[in-house]
Amino acid sequence: MADHPVPIVTDDIKTPLVKTDTMAHLAPYPGTAKHMEPMGFPGERVENWQQKGIEKLGELLKKYRSLQVYLDICVKCGACTDKCHYYLGTQDAHNMPVQRAELMRSVYRRYFTPAGKMFPDLVRAVDFDEEVLQKWFTYFHQCSQCRRCSVFCPFGIDTAEITMAAREIMNAIGVGHKYSVEIIGKVHQLGNNLGIPKPALKGTLEFLEEEILDSTGHDVRLPLDQEGAEVLLVAPSADFFSEPHIQSLMGYAKVFHQAGISFTISSYASEAANFGMFIGSYEHQKKIAKRVVEQARALKVKRLVVGECGHAWRVAYAFWNTLNGPFDFLDPRYPAPQHICEFTHDLIQRGALTLDKSANDNLRVTFHDSCNVARATRMGPKAGGQFEIPRDLIRASCNHFFDMDEDTIREKTFCCGGGGGLLTDELMDLRVKGVVPRVTALKRVMEQDKVNFMALICAICKAQFTKVLPMYGIPMEMVGGVHQLVSNAIQLGAREGVV
Amino acid sequence: MPSFELNGRTYETDEDGYLANLSDWSQDVAGYLAKTEGVEMSEAHWEVVSFLREYYEEYKIAPMIRILTKAIGKKLGKEKGNTKYLYDLYPGGPAKQACKIAGLPKPTGCV
Repeated sequence: MADHPVPIVTDDIKTPLVKTDTMAHLAPYPGTAKHMEPMGFPGERVENWQQKGIEKLGELLKKYRSLQVYLDICVKCGACTDKCHYYLGTQDAHNMPVQRAELMRSVYRRYFTPAGKMFPDLVRAVDFDEEVLQKWFTYFHQCSQCRRCSVFCPFGIDTAEITMAAREIMNAIGVGHKYSVEIIGKVHQLGNNLGIPKPALKGTLEFLEEEILDSTGHDVRLPLDQEGAEVLLVAPSADFFSEPHIQSLMGYAKVFHQAGISFTISSYASEAANFGMFIGSYEHQKKIAKRVVEQARALKVKRLVVGECGHAWRVAYAFWNTLNGPFDFLDPRYPAPQHICEFTHDLIQRGALTLDKSANDNLRVTFHDSCNVARATRMGPKAGGQFEIPRDLIRASCNHFFDMDEDTIREKTFCCGGGGGLLTDELMDLRVKGVVPRVTALKRVMEQDKVNFMALICAICKAQFTKVLPMYGIPMEMVGGVHQLVSNAIQLGAREGVV
Repeated sequence: MPSFELNGRTYETDEDGYLANLSDWSQDVAGYLAKTEGVEMSEAHWEVVSFLREYYEEYKIAPMIRILTKAIGKKLGKEKGNTKYLYDLYPGGPAKQACKIAGLPKPTGCV
């Protein structure tokens, strides 16, 4: 296992001096024909890639008016420069959101603005050449599309959309990222990112049912492909594989059990994640999301509930309806789709669950807002529900809750350092450095408030933190899902289920 | 495609050194892969490897960590059936490092 240099964490998040190309060495593994072609992308870089790339940019500018606006309106005010966790962790100028976007803007000016066409040098317009493409491949894979910079941009420029467009253009000319395209291929082929075939999934769920029975004495079910269930639960596939993810899965199952609401998991749509978004592909996003709607119809469920997965909730909340809607075949009394936190919160409000907070008395808990949930979605009927509902669940499940510094939570939350399709080992150097702002804020509550557990609701964040926090001397057991806390506190059999 | 040579034979791998072909695996290959990972194989290490291979044979996927910990607990004693023990054996993670030595493909996704 390679050792990665671990930055020194100070007591405050400081803006570092700019350095040039500190991360220029770190490009991801390119996708090969084996993974690219089944996606409908060229298996290798096409011969006339410059022309094709520019054409694709032109196509996207027409298709997405927002992209053109974002490329046009930046005034280089600099408000975003120190807002990116990757800049704060790496000091690389290209990891300042404005500089990252400039990699595309300078090409855009060259081919799509009169001044750039005639006097490129005067307006710093550049050709889409080999050097530029290498920079694109490197630095558009050092953006986790977390959109923290957008919160601070006076024009609301969404840098994530620029990153998505860049990846879409690169895929179109055969320059893809192996991690994302391989995973999307597995979803299309086997139903989930991990590539868990149905018999393995079935065995895993039965194993977890036994685990819950052994530890609680209650026959809590995790049904698979059960037609006629009330709810289709769509969880990230890491919930069927990793620690601490499975603890939340068991938590969801206990909530359904205790509420007396039947649910099912689908083997065909056994994945909430949608990496189509990370590579900017509308088609793949739609195709991945379609599995869920098809299964909701086929299994004749009345409700759709999404598990603890950050970007999945963005896709579900913001895009499912336009991608594959309308959901008029579902029960109109409930949000479609509904987040598992919303679902559990609603049951608590209605008195359907009994939670014994003392079950978590050994824990002093903080909450990490996951970027896609925080900045791209909502939960419940009130503005800010995506911040309050998970916190309410934590407060309902334990006695000791402490928020981190206000500049690092809610809409200003820092990315875990592994989102947006970057949770891959070859980018570990970036992941280790990108987590610095979060670690700084976390260490502070660990010292001040003796926090020993960080709850969150995203499969990527869970995997990233359990991997990189130990490098900072923080044990991986400190990370877990909100429903892990619910799972510890929920009293099974304490009252009759309320539907 | 990346590869390595061992005893005069060439083995294809992915970029991270995971065997490209499951059937290329042998104890010698596992020993070689363990060395590249800085892992010294003990009897307990081999137990993990053989369970992973058996499970993969049946299900075409690596087992969930908890299934692995339980199986190891059954084989080597209950006090060893936990995640910490597996991480002591394989500091790079039971899912990734142990899979690599067992000749299984690298797990993908949010793991």
